[in-house]
Amino acid sequence: MRHSVIITPDHVIVDGNPLMHNEKGSVLLTELYRNHIGDYPKFFKMDTLSKLGFIASELLLNAEGNRSFEPREDRAVILFNRHASLQADTAYQATIQDPDNFFPSPAAFVYTLPNIVTGEIAIRNKYFGETSFIVIDDYDEKIIMENLKNAFQDPMTTSIIGGWVDCSDEEHFEAKIFLIEKEN
Amino acid sequence: MIVCVAHNIISPLGVTSADNYAAVKSGRSALKRYDGLWGLPEPFVASLLDRDAYADDRQTIDEKIVIDSVSRALENTSVDVTSSRVLFIISTTKGNVFLLDKRANAFPQERVRLGMMAREVTRHFGNPNEPIVVSNACISGVCAQIEAMRYLESGAYDYVIVCGVDVQSAFIVSGFQSFKALSPDECKPFDANRQGLNLGDAAATIVFTKKDKVGDNEWVACRGAIRNDANHISGPSRTGEGSYRALKVALGDMEPEKLAFINAHGTATSYNDEMESIAIERAGLAGVPVNSLKGYYGHTMGAAGVLETIISMQAVDDHNILGTRGFDTLGVTHPLDVSNQNRATEKRAFIKLLSGFGGCNAALLMAKGGLR
Repeated sequence: MRHSVIITPDHVIVDGNPLMHNEKGSVLLTELYRNHIGDYPKFFKMDTLSKLGFIASELLLNAEGNRSFEPREDRAVILFNRHASLQADTAYQATIQDPDNFFPSPAAFVYTLPNIVTGEIAIRNKYFGETSFIVIDDYDEKIIMENLKNAFQDPMTTSIIGGWVDCSDEEHFEAKIFLIEKEN
Repeated sequence: MIVCVAHNIISPLGVTSADNYAAVKSGRSALKRYDGLWGLPEPFVASLLDRDAYADDRQTIDEKIVIDSVSRALENTSVDVTSSRVLFIISTTKGNVFLLDKRANAFPQERVRLGMMAREVTRHFGNPNEPIVVSNACISGVCAQIEAMRYLESGAYDYVIVCGVDVQSAFIVSGFQSFKALSPDECKPFDANRQGLNLGDAAATIVFTKKDKVGDNEWVACRGAIRNDANHISGPSRTGEGSYRALKVALGDMEPEKLAFINAHGTATSYNDEMESIAIERAGLAGVPVNSLKGYYGHTMGAAGVLETIISMQAVDDHNILGTRGFDTLGVTHPLDVSNQNRATEKRAFIKLLSGFGGCNAALLMAKGGLR
């Protein structure tokens, strides 16, 4: 079967089955981290988009099983969304908005790129394969699947963590990701 | 084979590809020092377009230069942009991010979304397809070309129009300043005294199609690859892991002797240029001339991969390896063949190399007349 994970502010579904949780919104992501991961404190430095993508990928890879963390180049991470890095952009803008209180932070600035979440997943799992981030203004499964199918034209890619990871602010987010293998 | 049918560059050095190439060949640069611009407390050196020339209340400067660049690229082609067989791929890191500063503009906030910016472009041209926006930090411009190659290879489209764009703002400049990544002077790629990068504005367009037979003088996008360092989100790998792996796939079975040059990222930050020297040597390409165009344009971010591919194609057409402006004394661990002078070449292929935040790296092999 094809493994999949859905996370919204009030639902978590792994391979079609609801996952138990007590919290909602941004606190939900922290609860999922504590209950299902717990050994990766870098999580707390991440912006919401990276937290969401990281948690979703962890649940997905736990569902796949046999995690080895051995370096590999045959797995790609290709994610899509609508708001790019808007939550991090808004947070960074607040640090430069007021000339009398001007404190641009490199730790905030680095997350103002949507592809950082793909890098976070690659670092965690030692994936040297392709990482890519694509923005489309509406969720469109046809566009996403066509694009992922095209990505198998890479001579080394045999599987992809792909799908939708979107967040407009800390409390509004949606992840819908899955693992697909190259056909034949 | 995937063939480049037309291209254009809009930059402070000109509004056609030919003007841009002529300027670069003659050693011109638009890098200038700006003091107090956009209320920023620290001065910076950048290559900026004249904002007043693009002032408009309906379209942002990003949208206007994309539309201008695509229009100019299409001028002498027969491409029907209103056809559903034509796809737009926009490459950008920050698009209309300046809209977040609500004091600075009266545009609808939704236009800060990259997909809405791209739709403004396709709406202008009457193209019916949802535009794809590649936002992969500094490697976006090569990624967008790789995406174009794949869409054409699959047969889903007849033409793909790739346009890379970024326009500098207080948001971007202050961010790079906070990283201590900006050079106080004009940047010095691969140099022993390099102190960081400069930023730049540009839009650059390439129109691609698929052909079974390719003429001797047609440019072919042969192979591209995107690879991650799996090391750090804001620092390059000490082993050049992702760039090395991307180079290896892009090169494939081509003999390095056939490459006129590698057009590197060459941002002139200490870490980037050092990492590229490691990756190039590991890939067995240390004997190939290397150049960087950042001394002419600064780092044009989402436009860089497209712009630098276009300038490099014209350089090969002109039998020229462009000099690396700002370079004087080699300052990377692994010996690279870098020069600040233009040099002659009869070779017909090059590799465009890029790396970016998020640990991503991309390489693209371009060959005139294809691989033969």
